[in-house]
Amino acid sequence: MDIFAVLSLLDATIRLTTPLLLACLAGLYCERSGVFNIGLEGKMLAGAFGAAVVAALTGSAWLGMLAGVGVGVAFALIHGIASITLKGNQIISGVAINFLAAGLTTLLGQSWFRQGGRTPALPQGGRFAPIELPFASELAGIPILGPIYSELVSGHYILVYIAFLMVPLTFFVLYRTRFGLRLRAVGENPKAVDTAGISVTLLRYQAVLIAGVLCGLAGAYLSIAQGSGFGNNMTAGKGFIALAALIFAKWRPVPAMFACLLFGFLDAMQIRLQGVDLPVIGQVPVQAIQALPYVLTVVLLAGFIGKAVGPRAGGVPYTKER
Amino acid sequence: MSARRPLPRWADVALLPALNLLLALVISALVLMIIGRNPLEALDTMIFGAFGYGEGVGYTLHFATNFVFTGLAVAVAAHAGLFNIGAEGQAYIAGLGAIVVALWLDNIGIPFGWLLVMPLAMIAAAAVGGLWAFIPGYLQAKRGSHVVITTIMFNFIASAIMVYMLNRVLKPVTTMAPESATLRGAGKVPQLREFFDYFGYAPVNMTILVAIAALVAVYILIWHTKLGYAMRTLGLNPSAAVYAGMSNSRLIMIAMGISGALASMIAINEVLAVQNRLVLDYVAGYGFVGIAVALMGRNHPIGIALAALLFGALYQGGQELSIMMGINREMIVVIQALVILFTGAMEGLFRPSLETAFMMLGPRQKTEAIARSTAQPES
Repeated sequence: MDIFAVLSLLDATIRLTTPLLLACLAGLYCERSGVFNIGLEGKMLAGAFGAAVVAALTGSAWLGMLAGVGVGVAFALIHGIASITLKGNQIISGVAINFLAAGLTTLLGQSWFRQGGRTPALPQGGRFAPIELPFASELAGIPILGPIYSELVSGHYILVYIAFLMVPLTFFVLYRTRFGLRLRAVGENPKAVDTAGISVTLLRYQAVLIAGVLCGLAGAYLSIAQGSGFGNNMTAGKGFIALAALIFAKWRPVPAMFACLLFGFLDAMQIRLQGVDLPVIGQVPVQAIQALPYVLTVVLLAGFIGKAVGPRAGGVPYTKER
Repeated sequence: MSARRPLPRWADVALLPALNLLLALVISALVLMIIGRNPLEALDTMIFGAFGYGEGVGYTLHFATNFVFTGLAVAVAAHAGLFNIGAEGQAYIAGLGAIVVALWLDNIGIPFGWLLVMPLAMIAAAAVGGLWAFIPGYLQAKRGSHVVITTIMFNFIASAIMVYMLNRVLKPVTTMAPESATLRGAGKVPQLREFFDYFGYAPVNMTILVAIAALVAVYILIWHTKLGYAMRTLGLNPSAAVYAGMSNSRLIMIAMGISGALASMIAINEVLAVQNRLVLDYVAGYGFVGIAVALMGRNHPIGIALAALLFGALYQGGQELSIMMGINREMIVVIQALVILFTGAMEGLFRPSLETAFMMLGPRQKTEAIARSTAQPES
């Protein structure tokens, strides 16, 4: 393997990691506030659809992204109403959201565009273009560092940079701001937060809606940056991989990035390993690599490699004492 | 706020779900109007499709059979305080057990061979699917990982295993599609249409008898056995179960095992009876619908039977929608999602207003309610 093969593998890793990372951080905000979110998949899918429809109709990727975020937030609001206001079961709400997104996107897509659920091809400007960072081509000649900069760091879609910048931002928000402190507290001990005179409901809504925004961005990335248009069920389980990554990272932002990078790398490897004979082990079935994130998460949760314990108040609706 | 009295039982069991269901249907009607269809015409088509003629009824019963199994699977776990979200994967992987036994004994060549093969295939399916639920149960009981997350992960692992098995192991060399060899003899479960012409070409089959037996068996298990009592104790109050000398970890594993075994019966209903071979994704979301069925049925076999019929009718009616009115089959998924949302997650939507309404019924009840709530404040 020469350096360019390695770089292209890493480049693919970054591209495949981005939607996972955005969805994973979405789950992080939500679950850190004590609201389980297995509806990441559905919110992402709905966001992808919204973004593709608006981008196709207006020809503006930015408006598309905004629409994706709007749809993501709308679905997050459903989750918020069900699990915060009505104190319903957060898991069931997530299941419903996943189904609703899968059904509605195909149904509306088919009845609006009649292309088997796909949205029309994006017009000029409807899709994000890769961003060349300054001096990318000039520096490409420098050995090792040059190609790394020009191939790996430069030349991605804006949402890739947003996703990776969200990691330090989330770290800062979570551990260095008052909002973050309260967010972490409300996921561990909502009663204490309530006793301090802070609204549990408001905090949890904020967290759930932030998750909606991030899922919308993840969806927009899939349909109008990485892909060109929406296809049926295009998230294909990424929301659940993101959930697995979140647990793998023990609900912390920086490890979340590494977990997503690991799962993105596995995804990139899986395409390259098809039909390749490896020394000693021979051919690795694609399915084994596909199942690896889930297996790793189960093993981690079971405490065989470290221990993952979620926010203590997770999944429990908060009822003020009367 | 605090002066509310709890709803009478009939309102809690029937009225509230009915209102939630109605709201789900109203919103489904709005969705239909958005895509420019007449919701009343659609409702008419769906009801006729589900109940209007023999074949439709046969399909409705066939789908309802699946939903009885997954509904019971979720309910049994729920009685023990566990949320089995993995019925989908358990039913899927159970197909391996069912097909291996059925293919092995397919050419047995004795009269009524299916009477031997079907029970054996059921045991094999239940063993595989039960194991697929038992492991998450074990991991929760002994290693403290949450059964919800583990079963979600197990759904995906099952899916990967099945793709591998169908492509690499079970596929005969002569076929191109990822599917097992086809059953031709005793491995097939007989269709009811072989006995009643009424059902036309509908796939309703002998498995429906298993479903009815399962409903009765779960009723007896939960309310008339020591094990059921222990499971309900665990579900209501785990520490009480410990003080009563029950082994919580043992109960968790048993409950999950039974739950997975129940879900596994879908493999008989779909693989042995209808497809006659193992195919990809034959579970098609039935496992997740089981959550809604159990919820609407209030985890009680009678409720589950009714809810399963409702969802069966919804599925078959939805097929009729796509054939007669050209509405995409995904409409079923939308209705299903709305039913899960309103009868499940937003179950409490009408409760406060209903409680107020019932409290207004009589002043006597009102004083009673106030007395009760002051003596015993709601938590």
